[in-house]
Amino acid sequence: MSTAASLANPTTFSSFLSSRLHRQQAPASISTFNVFNSTAQRSFKPLISQSILVPNPTVSCHASVVAQATSDSSPSGSATSFHGACYVVRDNIDTDQIIPAEYLTLVPSKPEEYKKLGSYALIGLPESYETRFVEPGEYQSKYSIIIAGDNFGCGSSREHAPVALGAAGVAAVVAESYARIFFRNSVATGEIYPLESEVRVCDECKTGDVVTIELEKSLLINHTTGKEYTLKPIGDAGPVIEAGGIFAYARKAGMIPA
Amino acid sequence: MATLSFISSNSSLLFNKISISKQKKAPTKILAVMTPETSERKPSTTGSVKTGMTMTEKIFARASERSQLSPGENVWVNVDILMTHDVCGPGSIGVFKKEFGDNAKVWDREKVVLIPDHYIFTSDERAKRNVDILRDFADEQNIKYFYDITDRGNFKANPDYKGVCHIALAQEGHCRPGEILVGTDSHTCTAGAFGQFATGIGNTDAGFVLGTGKLLLKVPPTLRFVLDGEMPDYLLAKDLILQIIGEISVSGATYKAMEFVGTTVESLSMEERMTLCNMVVEAGGKNGIIPADATTFKYLEGKTSLSYEPVYSDAQAGYLAEYRIDVTKLEPLVAKPHSPDNCGLARECKDVKLDRVYIGSCTGGKTVDFVAAARVLLASGDKVKVPTFIVPATQKVWMDLYTLPVPGSGGKTCSEIFEQAGCDAPRSPSCGACVGGPLDIYARMNEPQVCLSTTNRNFPGRMGHKEGQIYLASPYTAAASALTGFVTDPREFLH
Repeated sequence: MSTAASLANPTTFSSFLSSRLHRQQAPASISTFNVFNSTAQRSFKPLISQSILVPNPTVSCHASVVAQATSDSSPSGSATSFHGACYVVRDNIDTDQIIPAEYLTLVPSKPEEYKKLGSYALIGLPESYETRFVEPGEYQSKYSIIIAGDNFGCGSSREHAPVALGAAGVAAVVAESYARIFFRNSVATGEIYPLESEVRVCDECKTGDVVTIELEKSLLINHTTGKEYTLKPIGDAGPVIEAGGIFAYARKAGMIPA
Repeated sequence: MATLSFISSNSSLLFNKISISKQKKAPTKILAVMTPETSERKPSTTGSVKTGMTMTEKIFARASERSQLSPGENVWVNVDILMTHDVCGPGSIGVFKKEFGDNAKVWDREKVVLIPDHYIFTSDERAKRNVDILRDFADEQNIKYFYDITDRGNFKANPDYKGVCHIALAQEGHCRPGEILVGTDSHTCTAGAFGQFATGIGNTDAGFVLGTGKLLLKVPPTLRFVLDGEMPDYLLAKDLILQIIGEISVSGATYKAMEFVGTTVESLSMEERMTLCNMVVEAGGKNGIIPADATTFKYLEGKTSLSYEPVYSDAQAGYLAEYRIDVTKLEPLVAKPHSPDNCGLARECKDVKLDRVYIGSCTGGKTVDFVAAARVLLASGDKVKVPTFIVPATQKVWMDLYTLPVPGSGGKTCSEIFEQAGCDAPRSPSCGACVGGPLDIYARMNEPQVCLSTTNRNFPGRMGHKEGQIYLASPYTAAASALTGFVTDPREFLH
């Protein structure tokens, strides 16, 4: 019950968040956490930072190449920033565009099929999107951050949607707003970090722009344009994301046995 | 909350009286989206003054064993029914086993309902495998309700098989007033027609419920829709919900409960109420809900042996907004490509040439929907001008097509009327082409065509081809349009 009260109280949340993010050491519950998250289907992205090869070599800053870190050995909830090329989409990107229904025979909890889902991420976008999110034959995208308009993830409850994005290498989404089931699924699985912007960032960023998201400062920095944007606080979902998803959170809260 | 006025190119807006009224009591602190909720009021500590609650809030309170709660609070609720199907079931089972162990048992073998319905009549091997996974789990866990199918060549040879999950849940008596029903499908909100809280969840949440019987949910604020007036005989519940979505947009109800009341709602059959609640997710709604009444209780007679306790909104409950709609002023609508809120009058789209018409799905494939379509075809006496696909939602609906006499037809059944009008023969009950799916699903749109359908979504690629154009409409409008080959207002035939 005290947990429920703390969720409703943002003061508790924000102090919780700041104390967690600045520590690199594993939280006490980490051993339990790892047992349940040791398979290829990772829990929340515990990356410190993530850089990928920038597609346009003329972009001046942050062109370093770093292999995408895998999550298995790292503690959850210690992500402080995300960095990489962004892919920009418009409003009302529904789950059929994120992962068309014909691919839903793939079961996300099976590692091979999880990987395949990544190759189909955003394949349902109309032809007006000239740049493909995942190149044919690839399993991952060169874009690790998605920037979107309103109502991202509307439509179906299919968890395959955030899973496909996560499997494709997406670390975070910055949208103007989310549809609730998609947002919930993102938080529960820990596949992608769902952030909200204050303004229509999708109108000011272009696919391929190199961006950094600084979580503790709630900031999105577009290095290509030089502009910065404030992000909204994560809100009630914070503690769940910090714990590493709904199961880890429930174990912490004593709802289910460790 | 200022009075909202809706600017729309939809001319029927002129006939709608929409107003926002605030409740007289303490203002409700409601935040619908993701910003942190600051609630000064902690109900468990306050004690003395009890604010009235909406029926959704009451259901949450009862399910979380609280006497009082407010929108925005996150609570652990006890789940009464968890439903899953062939698409999301395997993934949910995978999460369950991973998190609770291979030998774990579900929290209650009688509260889990496994309903294969999406990718059934297909040669896709993975789709078949997914039904096998459900079966293995049902056997292992001794799940009481598993509506299995093994003989895909003849659906009738499968006595347990039902068809579309949301309709099966209702027909099999799993929907009960006052309860909490969650399912791994966005249209789980359909069950709100029974005066319960019903919403869609993902695999991970479902895996959690399988093990614990609980779920962490945020109490949604409620939007109240008061629909009054005698339902014109050319309108169906589909038109009502399309009107609402068109007015408030695909994100107008995000994180909110949509409560439907009023004389019109009271006059609707259970199936029509299900259609109304079915599409709340298309407005972003968390759940749709209709107070249980004599119609509900009558429908439930003989279907469920479990007792239930309906709840009703308090007179002084707080609503985020109230919308009043005079249904006598509405006209048949379509949702044009590519969004369920892209509404237009059917009569203003009469130049839109169609390649096909699809009548089916949880939204528009129930008995009441086919009887409606048959009425229009009967009134015309003509043959359809385009391929018209008939996909009943469940085995029961199929039976009704072949046995129920259509009023005013002199004893003809829907199937006879469909046949005489030149429609395709009714197909095996399932979700069918509503959701596209494997390439060989019946009536899937594999070319960039224009389709008018009684289904629930028309985003790009929904029924298959990315460039396909889908117009959503009521069964009346679908039948009328099939008769002309163009989008057609059913009043052309119904008078």
